[in-house]
Amino acid sequence: MSFDLETAHHPEQLRRVAIDPVSRVEGHGKVTLLLDEHNRVHQVRLHIVEFRGFEKFIQGRPYWEVPVMVQRLCGICPVSHHLAASKALDMIVGATRLTPTAEKIRRLMHYGQILQSHALHFFHLASPDLLFGFDADVAKRNVVGVVAAHPETAKKGVLLRKYGQEVIRMTAGKRVHGTGSIPGGVNKSLSAEERAALLKDAYQMVAWSREAVALARQLFEQNADVNSAFGRFDAHSMSLVRADGAMDLYHGGLRARDMKGGILFDHFDYSRYWDVIVEDVKPWSYMKFPFLRALGPDTGWYRVGPLARVANCDHIPTPLADKERATFMASPGAAGATLGYHWARMIEMLHAAESIKDLLHDDDLGGSDLVVTGERADRGVGVIEAPRGTLIHHYRVNENDEVTRANLIVSTTHNNQAMNEAIRQVARQHLDGQEITEGLLNHIEVAIRAFDPCLSCATHALGRMPLEVTIVSRDGTPIDRMFRDEHGRCSRA
Amino acid sequence: MTAARKVRIATASLAGCFGCHMSLLDIDERLLDLLRLVEFDRTPLTDIKTLGTRGPCDIGLIEGGVCNAENVHVLREFRAHCKILVAMGACAVNGGLPAQRNHLDLRDILSEVYHTEAGLAHGGIPNDPELPLPLNEVHPIHEVVKVDYFLPGCPPSADAIWKFLTDLLAGRTPHLPHGLIHYD
Ligand code: SF4
Repeated sequence: MSFDLETAHHPEQLRRVAIDPVSRVEGHGKVTLLLDEHNRVHQVRLHIVEFRGFEKFIQGRPYWEVPVMVQRLCGICPVSHHLAASKALDMIVGATRLTPTAEKIRRLMHYGQILQSHALHFFHLASPDLLFGFDADVAKRNVVGVVAAHPETAKKGVLLRKYGQEVIRMTAGKRVHGTGSIPGGVNKSLSAEERAALLKDAYQMVAWSREAVALARQLFEQNADVNSAFGRFDAHSMSLVRADGAMDLYHGGLRARDMKGGILFDHFDYSRYWDVIVEDVKPWSYMKFPFLRALGPDTGWYRVGPLARVANCDHIPTPLADKERATFMASPGAAGATLGYHWARMIEMLHAAESIKDLLHDDDLGGSDLVVTGERADRGVGVIEAPRGTLIHHYRVNENDEVTRANLIVSTTHNNQAMNEAIRQVARQHLDGQEITEGLLNHIEVAIRAFDPCLSCATHALGRMPLEVTIVSRDGTPIDRMFRDEHGRCSRA
Repeated sequence: MTAARKVRIATASLAGCFGCHMSLLDIDERLLDLLRLVEFDRTPLTDIKTLGTRGPCDIGLIEGGVCNAENVHVLREFRAHCKILVAMGACAVNGGLPAQRNHLDLRDILSEVYHTEAGLAHGGIPNDPELPLPLNEVHPIHEVVKVDYFLPGCPPSADAIWKFLTDLLAGRTPHLPHGLIHYD
């Protein structure tokens, strides 16, 4: 089956409009729309133009390099990859239970990551749409405009992100691409001075996070009907939850709910994730399309990330965030709304700030028992709730300690079909039959930004791609030449 | 660079991980100072999609190497519109981690990821004309265009980026002291 608006019957007769690149998201992607002469929309696609092949070139590397290498996939939430890989390698080295110090240092690092990433997304990237309107002037619709119009809000956003980055630096050694987590544990704990330095500002961060939740809520509720309908679609959802059903962003079992909220599976052991998740490939995107095995590709796709997590769990184990969750769940239409992602994201930021504050009081952070090992295994799976959703790392290692196989399902990939559904819905609601303007096209991007996608890597500009490319060096010598044949195969000339 | 006009900065991520852009944002509060001195043209932070429509740029910061036809196009556009072009970070300087695929056959990698990977319903290598052609190898940007400055590091630290930019903005030749240059 093909989804409505996914594939036009006669694309050659239609006019192409492209949003290229999608901006104010992390990484690069583009959207194409195909329209007829009456501006009726016939096809809408979000293309992910990146291909890196990490799964292949990691093969043959010693496994202990993996947590450090794998972060270079994504500099926006490197900690998530660092930790998901470490968790997979914990299984390889037989570390079934980490020392309290190691687990708490890793958790602290992870909450730092959630805090900085959510602050970055809300304040630096998404807030211009919400504060100025979806079709505000392009020159104003960015973080510079926010700094000018709302200097205090902008400054708090910058400082919240800074704090999260400082938590990461102290636990991982560096703000971007640190090395703190290793198979079986961590390589450093926190000194008393480091803890004191972080604790000094921790309460301020909780207070500012509360303000951020209030702002996100106000922006949603001031126009609740419109915001709840914008790009809305029904979907299943998936996230990790703790054994008691609480939100747990670091560890747990997989829970999926259907679109009515009923449980599809619960506390599923993620080390056999392939029993419940399968991936599809479509020719027009490098990003795969995962779906729930039991339901199949047509109806089995689902949502992950803040919106899914906040609604999916039974409660949030920090009091302020849990209270905000109750308000959110009671707000009509918020929990299933595409724009509800922003509000849910800020609730999670508050949860991260509260968790950091609580952890910083725990003396285990200063312990010296950092690493454990046990019986060696040849396969390991690590799953974590990254800022954007469930992140799966899966490795096999041979007796020479070399990686022989790797499979990653990153957060944004889980949301692939959901993002495509959201923009098709926006196209139906706002673009169909209209004269296309820049402001209308930004509506599409607003829906994509709600997911905070991490598209990573490659850019793409307007126009059809040539079928042949030659790269010449500065002195005119050709250094690479590629072409694509009629079957879509790429080869070197 | 006169005081009459703000300095225009454009940035792009090619085959990079966005970590260099994160490091740029890691200047924290200094970002607010920077915004008083500069304005942004095309960058992932604004919705300006085409370079040069608002006049020439003074500084172009490029993160990431060149891995597909699209990157080549964007890089050339940056060179054409930016007075000073900077290779920011290990990937732009020498290809970085993505260049680890250079000793492998691209077809093998594509077919492993999209055909033979266990857990696929049915495979197939994406080949739509909307997708840019991947190059056989990942190239450092100086192999394709002339580069004025190289900022090493994975990523270069926020302090290094700050020192580099403030030197440039003050009209000085950028100089990074020992401690700010690193090659991780
Ligand atoms: S140099 Fe490092 S931080 Fe910068 S894009 Fe490359 S991998 Fe990412």
